[in-house]
Amino acid sequence: MAERCAVIGVGQTQFDAKRIDVSMPGLLREAALRALEDAELTWKDIDAVIIGKAPDMFEGMMYPENYLADALGATGKPLLRVHTAGSVGGTTANVAFSMVTGGIHDRVLTVAWEKQSESNAMWGLTISPPFSVAVVAGAGGFFAPLVRTYMRRSGAPEDTGILVALKDRRNAIKNPYAHLKMPDITYEEIRDSMMLWDPIRYLESCPSSDGACAMVVSKEGLAGRTARKPAWVHGTSMRSEPVQFAKRDAVNPMSGRLAAKDLYRQAGIHDPRVEIDCIECYVPFSWFEPMWMETMGFADEGEGWKLVHDGTTALDGARPVNMSGGVLSSNAIGASGMCRYAEAANQVRGEAGEHQVDGAAIALGHAYGGGSQYFSMAVFGTEKP
Amino acid sequence: MRDVAIVSFAQSNAECEVRNEVEILQPVSAEAVKASGLARDEIDFTCSGSSDWLQGQPFAFVMALDAVGSWPPIKESHVEQDGAWALYEAWVKIQTGEVDSALIYSFGKTSPGDIGQVQALQLDPYCVTPLWPDFDSVSAIQARVCLTAGVVTEKQMAQVAARSMPDACDNPNAVRKGEFSVEELLAKPYSASPLRDHDCPANSDGATAMVVVAGDRAKELCDRPVWIRGFDHRIDPPALGVRDLTRLPSAAVAAAKAGAVEDKIDFAEITAPYSHQEILLRREMGIGDDVRVNPSGGSLAAHTLMSCGLNRIGDAAMRIASGDGDRALAHAGQGPCLQQNLVIVLEGE
Repeated sequence: MAERCAVIGVGQTQFDAKRIDVSMPGLLREAALRALEDAELTWKDIDAVIIGKAPDMFEGMMYPENYLADALGATGKPLLRVHTAGSVGGTTANVAFSMVTGGIHDRVLTVAWEKQSESNAMWGLTISPPFSVAVVAGAGGFFAPLVRTYMRRSGAPEDTGILVALKDRRNAIKNPYAHLKMPDITYEEIRDSMMLWDPIRYLESCPSSDGACAMVVSKEGLAGRTARKPAWVHGTSMRSEPVQFAKRDAVNPMSGRLAAKDLYRQAGIHDPRVEIDCIECYVPFSWFEPMWMETMGFADEGEGWKLVHDGTTALDGARPVNMSGGVLSSNAIGASGMCRYAEAANQVRGEAGEHQVDGAAIALGHAYGGGSQYFSMAVFGTEKP
Repeated sequence: MRDVAIVSFAQSNAECEVRNEVEILQPVSAEAVKASGLARDEIDFTCSGSSDWLQGQPFAFVMALDAVGSWPPIKESHVEQDGAWALYEAWVKIQTGEVDSALIYSFGKTSPGDIGQVQALQLDPYCVTPLWPDFDSVSAIQARVCLTAGVVTEKQMAQVAARSMPDACDNPNAVRKGEFSVEELLAKPYSASPLRDHDCPANSDGATAMVVVAGDRAKELCDRPVWIRGFDHRIDPPALGVRDLTRLPSAAVAAAKAGAVEDKIDFAEITAPYSHQEILLRREMGIGDDVRVNPSGGSLAAHTLMSCGLNRIGDAAMRIASGDGDRALAHAGQGPCLQQNLVIVLEGE
């Protein structure tokens, strides 16, 4: 039987377009030290480091974890580097959890990051591979047709995306680490912002950020030793599917649906709409909130948009989504998945500050990547599973 | 710990592939799955290792999913490291009890680019990479330090090559092989002093796949399962000026933690891309002079970046499975001057 594990420390950097005040090691240490401080531990208490980030081309380095080894206190320790596209922040945490639940280590530090100002992520995402057609459209160009298909299938009102963006941008005002803070943001401002990839507007899109997120993961016997509560891991799941396959539904991917089903089975959740208190999910373009609500079973197919319009997903709604302001407000790509997990963990720890959901006891963290084909999820709880 | 066995292994290495990565990988993966005796959908977990830099595009590993069978959707992960670390992640996943079997694969095609220059991207990005030291030159610095310290001699380095290349004659996956005397090799010119061409890796293009299975199921699937008895990996600091380049402390710790020195080993398969590194690794991991190292020919015979470590493990496993030895140490190393080292101890049923 697997060991129980818990997140006992969480740390994030300040997210910004260009963190030129720190090097890459400095950026990662900022997050890692905050996580250690939160856990009331030091480097010597850590058995192994699990690091994740999206493509190395975003910083122009190969095996950046090797360069970062001593900055992360990993000298003489195991250091594993995960890369599963945009879902990597979630997958990296899942791998860190398995180091503990598999009985390999007692306490693990996991860090996910991106320092996109070292390079140009838009270029990094549109480079033309040899002998292939270059899309030259960035992530927005890839995802816009999926959003358009969702709109057609569901008949959702045209302004659903605007409402999601308005909510997330207002939530971000309460998050001290968020990159984009727009205290005076209005519906009209989002509606009138430039159309980048029809139907995705500028203010419905994520920024390009520098930042890192870190968590300290502990086995059961070493958790709960400080005043701050641990977030118990109730379940984790990962699913992947091919990118080029005629049968796949990229709008409501089977990999996402199976990952959610597996997750609920592990966490003993029979009805996520009743049993999960809040959700932090990977929404790089606003329309993905209603889409993922359906994939994860929080709404029937074609009805996810209703949760936006009736206020269910608002911070003071029945089941808040992206309390931190989400990916729309901070997007250091490799870190984005772990930030979702970190927010979900902090919610059940009661450590989410001004964006705390009252009484949150069960929270879901979600990440996706590639062409909507990689999914990583976890459920965190205040109580032991 | 759950007992986990390597039940099948397949590899492909060639000096210069005309096929793309997906085309190289697909038959290798299919061969390993077929040899495992499991149907593809009976394999619970999939984990891979590769580097985007070799294909020159971000998310390069994504296309490989098309080659290994991923519909219906699979439980899957990827490390941006040698496939040996993907095997480690899969082994941990099996330890959690969530899965009982895994397909591990890796691939690397370095011939289209300048691999020496690409690997310079592993160094300090602010101070060293902008100088573009190619990887042979970085390794030559280590070799020079070792020569000056009297830890190795040029003759010993030539002896490593003179032994590896004939050994590789029996290996269909070797791209550099042949009979050479030590004197012949020492008469060759330096390519990156004090390294000569034969002291440097025989870079190749290829792919690797392996299936591992836990417990009694492994015994049902093959006559002689090769059990993973110990598994560990460690890292040293990055700055070349901080490290004592004559030592590889991470290799010593990994070997000790994996239990390699607790009992006699019959042979070792290790990742030593440069000849002097074999001598260093032998010393750090406590491999006696009487133990045969790299019967496959090692990296001096074929070195498919991202796959070479997993190849050493697979070569060792297949050798044990065929009855040629009972207990072996296999090693993977990566990073500048072997900064990061992984050790696995294998035993036949």
